[in-house]
This record gives sequence, C-alpha cells and structure tokens, in this order.
Amino acid sequence: MFYREAGQFKSSYKEDQAVFPILQDRIGIGIILLIAFVGIPLFGGEYFISAIMTPFLILALAAIGLNILTGYAGQISLGTGGFMAVGAFAAYKFATFTITVGGFEGTMPLVLTILLSGLVAALVGIMFGIPSLRIKGFYLAVATLAAQFFLEWLFVKVGWFTNYSPSGVITAPPLVVLGYEFNTAAEKYIFTLVFVAVLALAAKNLVRSHIGRGWMAIRDMDIAAEIIGFKPLQTKLSAFAVSSFFCGVAGALWAFVHLGTVEPEAFGINRSFAILFMVIIGGMGSILGSFIGAGFIMLLPIFLNNVPPMVGWDIGVDMVAHLEFMVFGVLIIFFLIVEPHGLARLWTIGKEKLRTWPFPY
Amino acid sequence: MSLKKFVLGALGAAVLAAPFTAPAPAFAEDTLYLPKLVYRTGPFAPGGIPTANGAADYWAMINERDGGVNGARVIHEECEFGYNTDRGVECYERTKGNNGGALIYQPYSTGVTYALADRTRTDKIPLLTMGYGRADAGIGTAFPYVFPLMTNYWGQATGILKYIGQQEGGMDNVKGKTVALVYLDIAYGKESIPIMETLSEKFGFNLKKYPVVFPGIEQKATWLQIRRAKPDYIVMWGWGAMNAAAIKEAAKIRFPAENFIGNWWAGAEQDTIPAGDAAVGYKSATFSAAGTEFPVIQDIMKHVYDKGNGAGKENVGQVLYNRSVLTQVFIHAGILAAQEKFGVKAITSEQLRWGMENLKMDAAMAEKMGVAGMGPEISPTCSDHVGGGSFRIQQWDGKKWNIVSDELTPMDDLVLPAMKKSAESYLKEKGLDAVSCS
Repeated sequence: MFYREAGQFKSSYKEDQAVFPILQDRIGIGIILLIAFVGIPLFGGEYFISAIMTPFLILALAAIGLNILTGYAGQISLGTGGFMAVGAFAAYKFATFTITVGGFEGTMPLVLTILLSGLVAALVGIMFGIPSLRIKGFYLAVATLAAQFFLEWLFVKVGWFTNYSPSGVITAPPLVVLGYEFNTAAEKYIFTLVFVAVLALAAKNLVRSHIGRGWMAIRDMDIAAEIIGFKPLQTKLSAFAVSSFFCGVAGALWAFVHLGTVEPEAFGINRSFAILFMVIIGGMGSILGSFIGAGFIMLLPIFLNNVPPMVGWDIGVDMVAHLEFMVFGVLIIFFLIVEPHGLARLWTIGKEKLRTWPFPY
Repeated sequence: MSLKKFVLGALGAAVLAAPFTAPAPAFAEDTLYLPKLVYRTGPFAPGGIPTANGAADYWAMINERDGGVNGARVIHEECEFGYNTDRGVECYERTKGNNGGALIYQPYSTGVTYALADRTRTDKIPLLTMGYGRADAGIGTAFPYVFPLMTNYWGQATGILKYIGQQEGGMDNVKGKTVALVYLDIAYGKESIPIMETLSEKFGFNLKKYPVVFPGIEQKATWLQIRRAKPDYIVMWGWGAMNAAAIKEAAKIRFPAENFIGNWWAGAEQDTIPAGDAAVGYKSATFSAAGTEFPVIQDIMKHVYDKGNGAGKENVGQVLYNRSVLTQVFIHAGILAAQEKFGVKAITSEQLRWGMENLKMDAAMAEKMGVAGMGPEISPTCSDHVGGGSFRIQQWDGKKWNIVSDELTPMDDLVLPAMKKSAESYLKEKGLDAVSCS
C-alpha cells in the first residue's frame, strides 16, 4: 500500500541508475540520515552516543570492508583485525610525525592522516591478497589468518610502530580538524558518522560499478569471469585493496575516536571473527547487511546485558553475563536457521511483501 | 515468513530497543556512588571474583556498621566486562552518570586503564589503579586523575631484583646470572620490559624474555625454551589462568620453585591451589597481607556474613580479597579527607580527587581503619600519585601464603626518571599541558 512503485516512471538513464530508484527508499534514507546526523546528537544520551553508536558505526565500516572482500568478491578473509591494526598504527605514525620546514613546524591534518592510513592498509592488503590468485576458499582463509597473526606480532614486536612506548600502547592525539577540536561524545560521533556515511555511499556505488560487477563475477565463477574478460589478478587485488582501505580507516577511527588509546590486542583474532560473523549474519554481499550485522553482533550482547537490571531483575552480574552468552548464542542459531542468507535478506523479503500487501498472491 | 510475523518482529525490536534510552534512576540525597567494573566471567575470572567480592563486602560492611561514610550511604554497583576492553569502556560510559555521578573507577585491567585514562581526564573522575596500569601515571601533573597508588610495576620490578640480590648475598653477585621474564603478551605484561632491560644493563645479568600468548593457558612451547636457557631466576608478570599453568609447567621442567618469583598479580590462592604440589615453595610479591585476623576483615564477617549477606565466603582473607578490601580502604580514606575539606557529605568526583591526593595512610590511620599491618603506609600528593609504598615477598607452603622478606622499596633513582620521561612524551603526543600543583 505505502510501498508501491506504481506510477514512478523513469524517463532517463540517470534516473534509472540512481542508487535509490524508488521514492520511498529515498525518503527512508533521508529520514535515517536525519536521525543519524541531527536526532541522535541532539537527543541521544552520552552513553548511547559514545558507548553504543560510535563503536557500532566504526565496526559497521569494518564490516563493509570485509563484505566487499568476502561478500562481493568471494575471498574469505580472517585478517580483518590485522588490517584494522595497520590502519590504527599507520595513523598513529602519521599523526606523531612532525614536519619542519624552515620556521614552520606542524603535523599532518587529521582527515588526511586517517585517509592515508587507509591507503597504507590497502597496500598491506594487496600484499596479503597476492596468494588469492592461486588459493581459494578455506585455504585462502588460512593465508589471511597468517596476515592477522603476522601483523599483530609485528606491532607488538617492533617498538618503532608505537614510538617505543613501554607497554606497546599507542595514544591518539587530539581530534583537531582545521583548528576545531572534536571533544564531546556527540562531536566525536559526528566525526565518525561523516566518515562512515561517505565511505558507505562510496562502497554502495563501487559495487554497482564495473569494478563491483567484476568482483561478483569472480565470486560466482572465476573461470567464467576470466573468459568474459575480467582479469582475475587485478579484480581480486582490487577487492583486497578496497576492503583493506575500509578496514584500515575503521581501525584508525577505533584507535583515534573510540578508545583514544589502543594496544595491538584490541585488533586480535577475536575482532576478525566478530567482523566475519557480522558479515555472515548481516548478509553476504549487502552494504545494508554490514550495518545490521554490526548491530546484531555488537549491540545485542550489550542490550542483553542491560535487560535484567532494567526490568528490575536482581541477579548477579556474572549470571547476567552467562545469560547474555546463552541468549546471544541461541539467537545466532535461530537467525541462521530462519534466514541463512543473513538479516539483510529479511528486509528484502519484507520489501517484497510490502509491495503486494494487503493482497498477497 | 509472513508479513504479520515480520511486522510483529519489527515491533518487538522497537520495544527491545527501549532500554537503551531508559533514563537513569533519580538519586537520593547524601549518597556516594561507587561503581565497580568487574570480571566474574572470562579467562581472568579466577582473579576477578575475589577482587569483586572484596569490594562488595567492604562497602556492605560500611553501610551496615556505620550507615555509610559519615552518614552518606554508599551505592556500590557492579558492571561485568569480562576483561574485554571494549566492554569495560561501555560499562564506564553506562555507569558514570548514574546516581548523581560516579566518584571513582577501579577497573583492575591495564587495557581498560589505558582506554579510560583520557576519558576520566575529560570527565574529571579519578581512576584508581592500585599496583597496576600505566607505570608513568604516578606523575600527578601529567595524569591528574589517575592514581596508581603504591609502588608501580617498574618499582615492583626493581624491588624484586633487590630481593634476588639479597638471595645471592649482594647486588654484585647478580652479575652474570640469567633471569627469565615470563610475561603475558599484552600491555600489562609488557609494562615490565623497559625497566627490566635497564636493570639488566645496570647490574649485568642476562635478561631473557618469554612472552605468553593471551590469555596464557597454552604455554608448553615457552617452557621448553626456558628449560633450554637454564635461568637462575624466573620472574613472572602473569594474571588469571596463566599463573597456575605456569607454576605447573615450571615444576615439570624441575625448576626450583623458590627461585620462581611472580609479581603481585601472580601470587594468590587462585594461582597456587590449582597448581597443587607444584606450587609449594613458589614465591610472589605482594603489597597486601592475607589472613582473616585484621579488624576490618573481622568486621566484614560480623556485619555482612553473620547476617547472611556477603558475596563469597570462600574468598574472605585471601590475598586478592584482602587487596581489594585495602583498595577500598584507600578510597574510604580519600572520601573522608574530601568530606572534611569541603564540608559536604555527598562529595563530587573532583573533590574526591583532592581527597585521594591528600590522604595519609600512616600507622594511626591504618589502625583507625582496621587495616594495621595489612599494607604499606602511603601519602600521595598532587604531583606524586604513587605516594611511596613498599611490598614484600611471600611464599606458598602448600596451605597458605607466608611473608618471607623484609619490606622492599623501589630503586627510585631508576624508576622516577623513567616515569618522568614517559609522562613527558605522553603529554607531548597528546598536545596537553602539565597541570600545576601549586
């Protein structure tokens, strides 16, 4: 009834190829963006903004990164945490690097620092993506696992990356862009949101382009893709590069905006697994799924942890934690049985049902 | 999935999202809110449970016996984070504004300490990291809201080396010996490395470093290497399930237990009892005496356990339990100091910072608080957030921990310059100015 495209005619290629060709979708995205940019910073509590939304957005960005590689290009990766660490430590090195030219002394602008760290992560991603030409599937997963362990070890072992900090912990500099310091929870949230919104839009467009179609062709059948003219090496490596860029930016944001200080342990194997689960549960090959998956894996445990005290159920915190694990596990199994294609698929089904409602056929 | 189910599901999700936005409960007058980040689950639960119980029981006792601190009731609330840094930060954000504002945080986790060091500075809430956390945070001008009271890790390392020197009959005899440092390979464990390297240069012993992968349950490969290296002493920077595993592995390679010295997070009943006979003779540093004979522990048993409350009877009197109680006593002393200075019962977190900087835990105060002989005397100041302090070496006899050394003080000539240097580089990187103490 409300969600029907009848009467929406496309009279140019431009209209037909829009990111959101349906009016209702455009309105919906507009409302979501309005809530995200205006509503949450204005009306959200500090806890909600800084401990829920900011990490959620950053992890969603990392999930988009992995989704490009695993969901769109079909290359399973367990190295996400490692690439995030590359982003974080590269950003730290760039940020603490002082340029002295004559009497002028300054550091690199923050936005440039974060984007450059993404580029460094992209380069590292390409390096670890090279084996993907010869190995596939689970074997590739093992190769990327090596990336995870190697990178983590490298940042622990080599003091240069942490400016020889005694405990291997890096401390992020203040968030200053053009003289304006992002200090409060809401400001930091907006800072993150701008990055995530722009990069998510970029990802959405990228997967609709020639490059993205190449990734999907390789994913569906690499030999067929090669025959119709996609070069496997370039296509796979570009997927690794773009994916690692996203993960690197997410890692830099995690270190600079969310935690403020970070040790390599924060980007351990558990982080890689969590992000892979976000992609699987959210929906492989879906940008929306990355957000839903991040919400499910990151927010649901916190929510479950908050429930018993909220409803006045007075049990020990350890009991609450165990309940959280049990309910969370059951929910993962439930959703994978109900919808093996991920939560994003539920939304697609919902959209289809809404089109025919109230007269289903 | 039918549309009906879908809509119902969406509605359900909306209802479920409501608790995220639920407002904090209104707070009554004259209360002191002391949230506690705990980990009763996860790989470090063996150490997390007794520390959590000690704090819960102490404040329950204060509320029961004295009706709070000077009449201001203490609200003690736990938030479980499972030694997971992200969740620790989430807990901090969740609790900091409740009940009129949190007064102080004590995460018992180096990772969380690092993550909170900056946040507590902006929020003006003290962070008490007694015997752990950033070693350089003892410089109060650089870290105005962090209180690593008592000897820090670096001080502890120098003290342990002093003890090894005593065992060898003088620091000169340490020369040429081999000391193995077994550490948990996260920020906490690595904190010990720079000072151990400085010590090895200064006193001429060979330092061999053996990282143990987080969380430290699998250590076979490490101990094969240690066996080959044949060290004279092993110093361990461990925590949680790692310790018992290490003690067992050391016994398996037939390393003499009396030359195996853990730091003070590697010396509790939770570490030695699971290791069984292997642990007999094992030593560790400690700044809090075990046992139930102290008046404060007696009061807890009388006012909390005899009334059927209490968090965990089996922990009472254990090393970590008593340490947690001692930590609360320091907070208590800080609150008292702040209440006296500012003339209010329900102090703010900023006032408590002053209180923590001006507490004097001398013999008389320790007697008054019922902790005489339990821990060292300390007196922090605005610029010195360590406040002196000392520790001892204890040895496990198979049943209980016995103190076997005199008081050990850190080699301040080595520790203080290193702390200052590290704190300066922190301020420089963060673009912050040192706080004035005048």
